[in-house]
Amino acid sequence: MPETSALLTPASIAGAAYIVAALLFILSLAGLSRHETAKAGVGYGIAGMAIALVATIGVVVSDAWGTPQATLGLSLLAAAVVIGGAIGLWRARVVEMTGMPELIALLHSFVGLAAVLVGWNGALEETGMTGALLDIHHAEVFIGVFIGAVTFTGSIVAFLKLSARMKSAPLMLPGKNALNLGALVAFVVLTVWYVITPELWLLVVVTALALALGWHLVASIGGGDMPVVISMLNSYSGWAAAAAGFLLNNDLLIVTGALVGSSGAYLSYIMCKAMNRSFISVIAGGFGIAAPAASSAEEEQGEIHEITATDAAALLRDATSVIITPGYGMAVAQAQHPVADLTAKLRERGVDVRFGIHPVAGRLPGHMNVLLAEAKVPYDVVEEMDEINDDFADTTVVLVIGANDTVNPAAAEDPGSPIAGMPVLRVWEASNVIVFKRSMAAGYAGVANPLFTRDNTQMLFGDAKDRVEDILRAL
Amino acid sequence: MSRIGIVTEQAPESRVAATPATVKQLTALGYEVVVESGAGARSSFPDTAYVEAGAAIVSGAEAVASEVVLKVNAPTPAEIVALTPGATFIGLLAPAFNPDLLQALAERGVTALAMDAVPRISRAQSMDVLSSMANIAGYRAVVEAAHEFGRFFTGQVTAAGKVPPAKVLVAGAGVAGLAAIGAASSLGAIVRATDPRPEVADQVKSIGGEYLKVEVAEQMQSTDGYAKATSEDYDRRAAEIYSEQAADVDIIITTALIPGRPAPKLITEADVASMRSGSVIVDMAAGQGGNVAGSVAGERVVTPNGVVILGYTDLASRLPTQASQLYGTNVVNLLKLLTPAKDGELVLDFDDVVQRSVTVAQPGAVTWPPPPVQVSAAPAASAPAPAAAPVKPAKQPMTPVKKVLLVAVGIAALFAVNAIAPAPLPQHFTVLVLSVVVGFYVIGKVAHALHTPLMSVTNAISGIIVVGAMLQITSDVLVVQVLAAVAVLLASINIFGGFAVTRRMLAMFSRGPAAAGPRAPGQAAQADRPGH
Repeated sequence: MPETSALLTPASIAGAAYIVAALLFILSLAGLSRHETAKAGVGYGIAGMAIALVATIGVVVSDAWGTPQATLGLSLLAAAVVIGGAIGLWRARVVEMTGMPELIALLHSFVGLAAVLVGWNGALEETGMTGALLDIHHAEVFIGVFIGAVTFTGSIVAFLKLSARMKSAPLMLPGKNALNLGALVAFVVLTVWYVITPELWLLVVVTALALALGWHLVASIGGGDMPVVISMLNSYSGWAAAAAGFLLNNDLLIVTGALVGSSGAYLSYIMCKAMNRSFISVIAGGFGIAAPAASSAEEEQGEIHEITATDAAALLRDATSVIITPGYGMAVAQAQHPVADLTAKLRERGVDVRFGIHPVAGRLPGHMNVLLAEAKVPYDVVEEMDEINDDFADTTVVLVIGANDTVNPAAAEDPGSPIAGMPVLRVWEASNVIVFKRSMAAGYAGVANPLFTRDNTQMLFGDAKDRVEDILRAL
Repeated sequence: MSRIGIVTEQAPESRVAATPATVKQLTALGYEVVVESGAGARSSFPDTAYVEAGAAIVSGAEAVASEVVLKVNAPTPAEIVALTPGATFIGLLAPAFNPDLLQALAERGVTALAMDAVPRISRAQSMDVLSSMANIAGYRAVVEAAHEFGRFFTGQVTAAGKVPPAKVLVAGAGVAGLAAIGAASSLGAIVRATDPRPEVADQVKSIGGEYLKVEVAEQMQSTDGYAKATSEDYDRRAAEIYSEQAADVDIIITTALIPGRPAPKLITEADVASMRSGSVIVDMAAGQGGNVAGSVAGERVVTPNGVVILGYTDLASRLPTQASQLYGTNVVNLLKLLTPAKDGELVLDFDDVVQRSVTVAQPGAVTWPPPPVQVSAAPAASAPAPAAAPVKPAKQPMTPVKKVLLVAVGIAALFAVNAIAPAPLPQHFTVLVLSVVVGFYVIGKVAHALHTPLMSVTNAISGIIVVGAMLQITSDVLVVQVLAAVAVLLASINIFGGFAVTRRMLAMFSRGPAAAGPRAPGQAAQADRPGH
C-alpha cells in the first residue's frame, strides 16, 4: 500500500471504517436476538455494510486511479453492484414467505461461489510474496476455495431439495463416511502438494473435489434435517468469507466471517439439540443411516377416524382452549392466512387459541413464526414447544396442520423408532386431536405416525387451506 | 369363529365383564357371544338387553366352557376345572399376588390374560382397567365419604348461620387420587393432595386441588408410570405433613399403592386420634394392607374418638353399571388388538409388548412376570432408554475433565500458531478467535421466532466477501478482473437481497392488540365505570 507516511490516506480511513463496520455487525447480530431490537439490528447491519462498501470503493478508486486497467475495473465494479443489487432487491420483494428457505439457500450458494472466485483470483494474481509467506498464501487459497466450493454446491443441493426439484430422501452411497473422510484427506494432501509446487491443475482438482464433497454432504442429508443444513451452510459461508480475509489480509472479512461462522454453527447446534441429534453427525452428513430400518413402523397400524369440516367446526365452537401445531404442510398449502382468520374468529368467541411451534417445524428455523407473522398472528400467542408442552393435557382441541414427525408419539414411546428420543409436541394428551393431512403418507423422517390411529385423533383429509376455509365457513 | 362366554361373578361382586353395548362390539370383531343367565342383573343389564345386542343366554356351565371366557374377577377353583383346555381366560388376576392361581390355570392348559397387567404405555391406555376402575373408585370414595360425613362439603352463608367448607386431604395423585380430588372439589370442598412425584402438581391444580409438596432433596422419576417406594428422608417429612393435615382436615382419602408390594402406611394411629369426631377416612388401599392404621379391608370401622374409617375394597363395584361399561370397553379394546383380522380368531403376538405383558399363563407354563417395559421418555437427566435401543448407543455427556482438556488443547494450538507463524498471521488468528467468541455469545439468547431473520441477516452480512472481490477488480490481469466482477455481482445480490428480505420479514412481526399487555384489563375497567 502506498503513501504510508500521510496521516489520512484512503487505506487508513478504510481500516478505521472496517472497525466501525465490524462493530455495527456485532450490534446487528445482538439486536436480531430480540423482538424489540430486531429492526434496529437490521439497521445496524445495513449501516455497517454501507460503511464497509464505501470505504472499500474509496480504497479501490484511489489505488487504481490512473492505471490502465482502472476504467474497465471500475466500470465493471459499478455495473456488478448495480445489477447484483437490483436482482437482490427484486428477489427479496417477490419471494413468497413460504419460499424463504429456498431463497436463503440460494443466497448462501452465491457467497460460496464468490469465495471460490476470490480464491482463484488470489492464485491467478501476482502477489510479490516470497518464502514462508508465499507458502501460507498458497495454503490460504486452497482453504478458501475449498470452503467456498463446499458451501456453493451444498447450498445448491439444499435449494434443489427445498424447491422439490430434487428428491429429498437422503442419498445413500456405499461407504459415505469413508467418501467424506477421503475427500478431506485428499484435500490436505493436495494442499501440501500445492504449497510445494503451485500448479494450476491442482487448484482445478481441489475445486472439483470440494464441489463434489459439498454436493454429497447435503445430498446425503434427509429433507427433515434441512433447517439444520441451512443454518450450517450459513455458518460455512461465514467461514468462507473468513478464509478470504486471511487470503487478502483483510481483518473486516475475518471478523465478519468468523461472526457469521460461529453464530451459524451455534444456531445449528441449538437446533440439533432440539431434535436430539448429534451435531457432528448432521454437519458431517452422517445422519439418516439408521432411518430406512422402519422396523416398528408397521406395528402401529390401526383404524383411523375421519371427521368432516362441519364437525370440526362444531368441536372448535364448543372448545374452551385450542392449540394449533403447524408444520411444513401449512407452508406448502399456504394455509397461514385462513389459519390466522380462524384464530381471530375463535378468539372473538372467547376460545383460548394458541400456537405450539416445534423448534424444527418447517424447513427453516423459525419458519412457522415467519409465516404466522406474515398472516398477522400476534406473536404472544405463538409459543415454543417447551412453553406449551405441559398444557396439552388441559386442551380441548389440538389442530395439527401439516405437521407429522414433530407430533409423533413414537418418538416418546417407542424406543425402537428411528426418531426415538426426539422431543415432540405431546398433542395426543389433548382431549381431541384433529389432523389436517393430504394423505396417509409418512413424514419427512419416513416414520409411521401412530398418532393418526389414536382414539382421540380424527383425520381431516385434503388440502389444509381448503379445509380450514371450510371450517371458517361452517363457523 | 370362536365363542366368547360371559360368566356371572360371585357375590358380592356386582360388575359384569360385558355389557350389551360391548357385546355388539365383540360381535363386530367376529365372535359369537354367549352370556350366562343373570350375569348382568346386578349391573342393571337384564338378559333381554343382551339378547337384543346379539348374544345368546345360556347356562353357567355352557358359558364357562367357551373358547374365550370373560370375567371381572379371578376364576374360582370350580370354574378353573370347568374351563376347556386350550381356552383363553380374561379377567383381573392380580398375578403378583396369586402365583398359585396362575399355576392352576397353566396346568389346566388355559391361556390367561390379566387385564390388570396391561403395561402403562399410551398405546395401551384404552385397555388399562386399573386406570378406568381407579377413576370410578376415586369418585366413589368421595361419595362414600360424603355419605358418612355429617356436614356439607361446600361452604355456605345461610340465614341459619355460616357453614365452613369441608377440608379434604387426598394422599396419592394417581388416577384414583385425581378422580377423588375432582369429585371432592366439585362438591365444593377445599382439597389438598400429596404425591411423591412432583410432576403431578400441575395435574392436581388443574382439577381444583392444592398440591402439598414434600420438600426433600429426592426427586422421583417414574420409569414405568407408577409411583415407587420412597426414601427415609422423604418418608419422615411426608409423615410430618400427614400429622399436620390430619389434625386440620375433615376427610382423608388415601390411594397410595406400590405395584407388587404392600401399601405404604401413611396415616398413623396418632394421626387418626388427632382427627375431630365425625371425620371420615377412606382407605382405598385397604385391600393391599391399607394406608391407614386401623383400617380393615372391606369394613367400616369407627374409632373410639368417633372417626369413621372405610376400608371398602369394592368401590368400583359399587358403581356397577358404570364400572361394567368401562371394564367391558377395556376388554373389547384388548380383543381388538388380539383379533387383527376381525374374524373372531384370537391371535397372540409375543413381540407386542402389550400382548406379552397381559399374558400371565399359557398351557403348561406361567409367563409372569413379563420383561420390563420402559414407558416415559425419561427427563433429560437420565440417558435415553438403555437396553431397549441397541441401534443408538447412549450418548455420554462430556466430562468436565475432557472439556478442560479440549479447551487447553485449543489454547495451546492457538499459542503455537501465534508463536510460530510469520507476520500478519498471528494478528489474523487473534481477530478470528475473538470474533468467533463474540459471534457465539452475541446470539446466545436468540428468540426462537427470530431464527429466520437472524439467519437472513447473517447471510446478508456474509456478503461482505464483496470487499475481497472489489479489491481484486482493478487487478492488471483481465481474467482476475472478470472473475472478480462476477463475484461482486453475486455478493451484491446477497447483500441487497438479504437485508431487504429481513426487513420485509421483520415488518410482519407484530404483537396482537388483544394481548397488548396487562394494561388492557385496567383500561376496560375504567371504561366500564359509570360515567361522571
